[in-house]
Amino acid sequence: MDGFGAILADAIGLILSGDPDLAEIIGLSLRVTLSAVALACAIGLPLGAVVGAFRFPGRTVLTVVLNALMGLPPVVVGLMVYLMLSASGPLGVLGLLYTPTAMIIAQTILVTPIVAALTKQVVEDMHAEYAEQFVSLGVGPAGRVMALLWDARYSLLTVALAGFGRAVAEVGAVIIVGGNINHVTRVMTTTIALETSKGNLQLALALGVVLLSIALTVNAAVMALRASAVRAAYA
Amino acid sequence: MIRRAFLGLAATTVLALGLSGPAAAQDSYIVVQSTTSTQNSGLFDHILPMFRDETGIEVRVVAVGTGQAIKNAANGDGDVLFVHAKPAEEKFVAEGHGVSRADVMYNDFVIVGPPADPAGVAGMSDVVASLTKIAEAEAPFASRGDDSGTNKAELRLWKEAGIDAAASSGSWYRETGSGMGATLNAGTAMGAYIMTDRATWIAFGNKGEYEIAVEGDPKMFNQYGIILVNPEKHPNVKADLGQQFIDWVLSDAGQAAIAGYEVDGQQLFFPNAGE
Repeated sequence: MDGFGAILADAIGLILSGDPDLAEIIGLSLRVTLSAVALACAIGLPLGAVVGAFRFPGRTVLTVVLNALMGLPPVVVGLMVYLMLSASGPLGVLGLLYTPTAMIIAQTILVTPIVAALTKQVVEDMHAEYAEQFVSLGVGPAGRVMALLWDARYSLLTVALAGFGRAVAEVGAVIIVGGNINHVTRVMTTTIALETSKGNLQLALALGVVLLSIALTVNAAVMALRASAVRAAYA
Repeated sequence: MIRRAFLGLAATTVLALGLSGPAAAQDSYIVVQSTTSTQNSGLFDHILPMFRDETGIEVRVVAVGTGQAIKNAANGDGDVLFVHAKPAEEKFVAEGHGVSRADVMYNDFVIVGPPADPAGVAGMSDVVASLTKIAEAEAPFASRGDDSGTNKAELRLWKEAGIDAAASSGSWYRETGSGMGATLNAGTAMGAYIMTDRATWIAFGNKGEYEIAVEGDPKMFNQYGIILVNPEKHPNVKADLGQQFIDWVLSDAGQAAIAGYEVDGQQLFFPNAGE
């Protein structure tokens, strides 16, 4: 096994090679993870905002549950989704097992609690500042949620990135519901697991560096977007 | 500007969602529940393109341990089962999950060990005697411990040696609870003896100083079988396409494709359909 320099060189070589198989795997990784994060935001942002902004019976319990679900083990989520989508399961007729859609469902379940719980915290802090204004302006509940989410949008980008980081790095759920089928459901993390099991540790590590650079690129792109939006807002 | 940026972000995610529909509209594929040894050794990458060229049928392989493959197939999550644990396969058919079972090919198991050879078993061909020596020396032995075909075969051999290895679990007998590759990675790192199928070992990329210590015992014979999942029990099974694949694997063309697969000049699997 060579040093880290050789692994880095391998990783750069992999990226530059333009290997169509690798491009396909990276593309599927991004497609699955970005779809799951988008769905998780569609559910988690309003849910977190409602829990953060309003008092209602069961709010504390819901908060505790959301916080606890942030620690859901991916393997457990994978097994739950497998049992639902299996031909013998309640949703088996849909024929979704071993498809990218199944992987998106599993990752959405994994990421939604993270988005909801973190959104709740952000919105709750902001609501403390805004409460009096809302009352004096007579803003209704829907208006409050919209205003809070909009004004917290920069913090919520980081929330979405936290969800992205969790989804793009997990292997336990997607390998069970996707099956790691070549050209169909093989993503970066399952490829790394496969190469490790073949004993190709250097290639596995190089792929890990590639995955890391993808995560860096996505984070940098979102942060650049945020920075230019902030500049425009205060220009 | 801000709104436009965010709308752009939203549009991108919607686009990502739009692309996430079913991967392929064409229905001409089957799912084969199989085992890690056939995938990790590269056999499928060698033979499946030939089958696709001939028939246009795409074969999607889910490679897990034999125990899990059989359970997945029993749930109807697959059209064909292609594994290596004959008693468990016959039980699968007897319970009505499979139509019938056919022999496809064989190779053999070997025990690999560290160059220091602490149990002094290198060069032995009597597997039961070598396991006895390993147990007496209390030399580290890494077991799959995952109910896979290799694990079942290993447990049979311990039983034959009259050794309750599980009683020593955690001391010299170490159950990794993972696949063949992960067990080889862990076992070679801890200086343990490991039983593996020969195909996975030859294709394995992290051998280090390890070499085959025990081989050549007829008891280490490793037979692979193929079964069509029963469409009467699981109506979603693509019986026609699955049977086409089985017929091809058992045909002269399929058997020749299996025999033609070599790594480093060594043939990994030996076809024996219909013998």
